[in-house]
Amino acid sequence: MTVALAGRRARTTSGTRAPRRVAVAVALGVGAAATTAACSSGDAAGDDGAATTTLTVFAAASLTEAFEQVAADFEAAHAGVDVRLSFAGSSDLVAQVQQGAPADVLASADTATMDRLVADDLVDDPRVFATNTLTIAVPAGNPAGVTGLADLADPALTLVLCAPEVPCGAASARVAEAAGLDLAPDSEEQSVTDVLGKVAAGEADAGLVYVTDVARGGDAVEGVAFPEAANAVNTYPVAAVADAAQPVLAAEFVDAVLSPEGRAVLAGVGFAPPSS
Amino acid sequence: MTSARPAAHGASSEVAVGLPRWAYVPAALGGLLVLLPLVAMATRVDWGDWWSLVTSESARVALGLSLRTAAASTVVCLVLGVPMALVLARSGSRVLRWLRPLVLVPLVLPPVVGGIALLSTFGRRGLLGGTLEVLGLQVAFTTVAVVIAQTFVALPFLVVSLEGALRTAGSRYDVVAASLGARPTTVLRRVTLPLVGPGLVSGAVLSFARALGEFGATITFAGSLQGTTRTLPLEIYLAREVDPDAAVALSSVLVVVAVAVIGLAHGRGGAR
Repeated sequence: MTVALAGRRARTTSGTRAPRRVAVAVALGVGAAATTAACSSGDAAGDDGAATTTLTVFAAASLTEAFEQVAADFEAAHAGVDVRLSFAGSSDLVAQVQQGAPADVLASADTATMDRLVADDLVDDPRVFATNTLTIAVPAGNPAGVTGLADLADPALTLVLCAPEVPCGAASARVAEAAGLDLAPDSEEQSVTDVLGKVAAGEADAGLVYVTDVARGGDAVEGVAFPEAANAVNTYPVAAVADAAQPVLAAEFVDAVLSPEGRAVLAGVGFAPPSS
Repeated sequence: MTSARPAAHGASSEVAVGLPRWAYVPAALGGLLVLLPLVAMATRVDWGDWWSLVTSESARVALGLSLRTAAASTVVCLVLGVPMALVLARSGSRVLRWLRPLVLVPLVLPPVVGGIALLSTFGRRGLLGGTLEVLGLQVAFTTVAVVIAQTFVALPFLVVSLEGALRTAGSRYDVVAASLGARPTTVLRRVTLPLVGPGLVSGAVLSFARALGEFGATITFAGSLQGTTRTLPLEIYLAREVDPDAAVALSSVLVVVAVAVIGLAHGRGGAR
């Protein structure tokens, strides 16, 4: 899992740049610093004279596709700005910021993790920008014939959930409780991507993941929506980090995420707008 | 912690002839690189709450499962690995000489790759998955899967240790015993294995330590469920999400067990 995350991070660090430039950087075998330097000679906006400013955005792994797009749009609108994205689990990102990681903006997958930074005065005024609900993920073709949440209580079904300790697991527990179901999973995974992976591989008959995960899962998984999901809606807050190196740009990025364009991008990958 | 290496086969460095003095500097830095993180972690341990953290129910269940599965996989390693080491050390077959390095593959594979390989074999849609399903057996998400994952990564430690010991011991005594009329099984039981006893013990202990630290293949292949598949390394990884203090405390337990086990293996190896 760590490997997969590292791979994704590596991909996204360079994902917003022109392919040729990435190829050159890779060919040279240089590190991130040199890659950034290579970008100073004009980026998406094509403004050659401007010096490059790097804005570092930490975002929950589930935001990968959406934030890559938002960042690309942001770079296009801000000449000389290079948005560096770091995706990981919300708890990891919060811990990194607490230990002094150089983030300008942080977007997490639930308010509980963000509240830890608020308590430490490390972020200013988090704002909810999206919501995500659970859905049942089943392998392509739905071999076990799952039609709703109640089916998951069948002991013959191989069920995989997130562990209650992680946000998706807490949400799963809430929907099960609200539905009065006693779910006995065959495995409690550490993250929603692990659940999706085991369903996509066909090892599990069903799992609870977010709507956006099924959208990401491609042809290998299908989603089965269930009404009880309304009991566990996850809210995604975004905030500028209090001692951001680029406070102005950080505030602008937060605005970009909340803007109609940002919302459209988020809706495109399956996120719902904030409820209030 | 999981990257323990097999004990040196010939621990004989008493004669330090003209070791250049500069060699001590990188040697000391290397030692620091290994020890400093462990010391640093010890400083993070909340010793006041240590006992209550490491005796919480989830911690006890995870440690118990870890000890049981590591012991089981050590037994499997012995049952499979001793004959493997014997065949590799004593057979003159050219095919085996080619196959020999493959035994080491699990040592160098990232554990998560090992887990994917095991899923491809024993998973529901894996190579043997269909056969197993017909027999009514599901391997993934069971304790058996944990033992398989641990055995997969620990087996090379036993085979390499024992094969080295067998090669060092040579076959002189075996030949004598055979010439006196002992049957092959008797030679093996009465001569060969007693001669390589220390190597066998250190190999078994290292396998146990490696099995105890197994994480990637387990989480990929076996899943994570309290009491069934969530071993101590998985529990630590999960605890880290909500309770970093508990994660550090549990880590210290694993370090202590690993150091004790390595000390045991090293003591045995040195006494040879």
